[in-house]
Amino acid sequence: MTAQQHSERSLTRRNFVKAGAVACATGLFALNGCTLEEVKNSQLASEFQGIENKQYGLAINVSMLDALGGQEFIDTIIAACHNYHNVPKIDDPKKSMDWIWTQSYEEAFSDIASTYVDEKTASYAYPVMCNHCTDPQCVRVCPTQTTFKRPDGIVMMDYHRCIGCRFCMSACPYGARSFNFMDPRPYVEKESMNPGYPTRSKGVVEKCTLCYELIDQGSVPVCVQAAYGCITFGDLTDENSEIRQVLSQAFSIRRRVELGTGPNVYYIFDEETASLYANGLNLGGAHGFEGDLLEGGE
Amino acid sequence: MKKTGIIAFVVIFCALALLPFAANAISPKAPLELDYNTPAIKSLEEHKCIESTEFMRSSHMQLLDSWRNDVVRNGDIVYTATDGTKYEKSLDDSCLTCHSNPEEFCDKCHSYEGVNPYCWDCHDSFGLWRQNESNEALYQDFLASVEGGQE
Repeated sequence: MTAQQHSERSLTRRNFVKAGAVACATGLFALNGCTLEEVKNSQLASEFQGIENKQYGLAINVSMLDALGGQEFIDTIIAACHNYHNVPKIDDPKKSMDWIWTQSYEEAFSDIASTYVDEKTASYAYPVMCNHCTDPQCVRVCPTQTTFKRPDGIVMMDYHRCIGCRFCMSACPYGARSFNFMDPRPYVEKESMNPGYPTRSKGVVEKCTLCYELIDQGSVPVCVQAAYGCITFGDLTDENSEIRQVLSQAFSIRRRVELGTGPNVYYIFDEETASLYANGLNLGGAHGFEGDLLEGGE
Repeated sequence: MKKTGIIAFVVIFCALALLPFAANAISPKAPLELDYNTPAIKSLEEHKCIESTEFMRSSHMQLLDSWRNDVVRNGDIVYTATDGTKYEKSLDDSCLTCHSNPEEFCDKCHSYEGVNPYCWDCHDSFGLWRQNESNEALYQDFLASVEGGQE
């Protein structure tokens, strides 16, 4: 084949570019018909101003909890939370799901616990849950932004986005997260479940969300409602808030402060008020138990 | 010979590729009848969803998607409809209170259209609640009371 024949039979550079341009134009024209129609509804734009900057937290009066029945009383608080949020009840400790559970002083405060701690402190049951940290490690490691910090301080989960990688579970120093190893629905107790609250699905991590849905409706978390004043909820950045008043009047500790995550669940030791409770004087919590929790979800 | 071979191939290929479209054009799928007869919808004065039927049909998925982000990520729970009525942005507490028959309403159309959303993996706990015998009885009582009120 001579050079002349070659140039006659094959595509010249000029023709190749031209053909490419025509092909692209045709492709674009065809794609035009496939363009996804965007929703053009002005209604999707909301007037909502956004969540205010805050740092919500809890103050748990462990002396008072003890005076009201200790572990037995805390179990009713746990049941209220778990029933409200349809948390599955799985007996196998390796797969069990917990939003709140109890630990001993030694387990909960392993950094400061000692053999010679006084008997009372050691005997208390400590309800533990997500600490809604100021600098949450779970949020730092989450690759899909499933878990994130809301402006009001709640460490939230968007279960729709969770891919089940469990980085957050390894990152959380408090073990506050549980993984759904199996479909949780068969393990949700149908007698006590809340039909107004979703369950989770297999392969998703879950944890305490500080009842963000109740807070958004102007209410307080379920555990606070069920604790008859033993747990105080409020904005820690507001010096006039109830939780700051409570914290300013009694000795309190937090879990694993040295890790720098800034936990926002405080454990209060307040023998004085507790003894009043123990003597049968019901002071009435700031937040009484607000009726049937199942109806409160509407 | 070579040319006719190519042309024959193109014709056969096009015929095969267009066969599904042709089949649909000749005998289209039977139009879908959805069941709107739930107690809550029956008790409505005007049979109307939160927005126009056309908008709900074409864009309910985008609406739900934006609701999800608003509620979960931004704490924005109130939806103001075009007519000014306010609704809670909630699949369980808003949509499913009227459309309490998701298997006859949502699922039927989704399977007709060949889409497979996984809402019920988590949502519609009400259906799960009804699986309890005593709750099913409660629900039937409720239905009976609504039906009775209509007559």
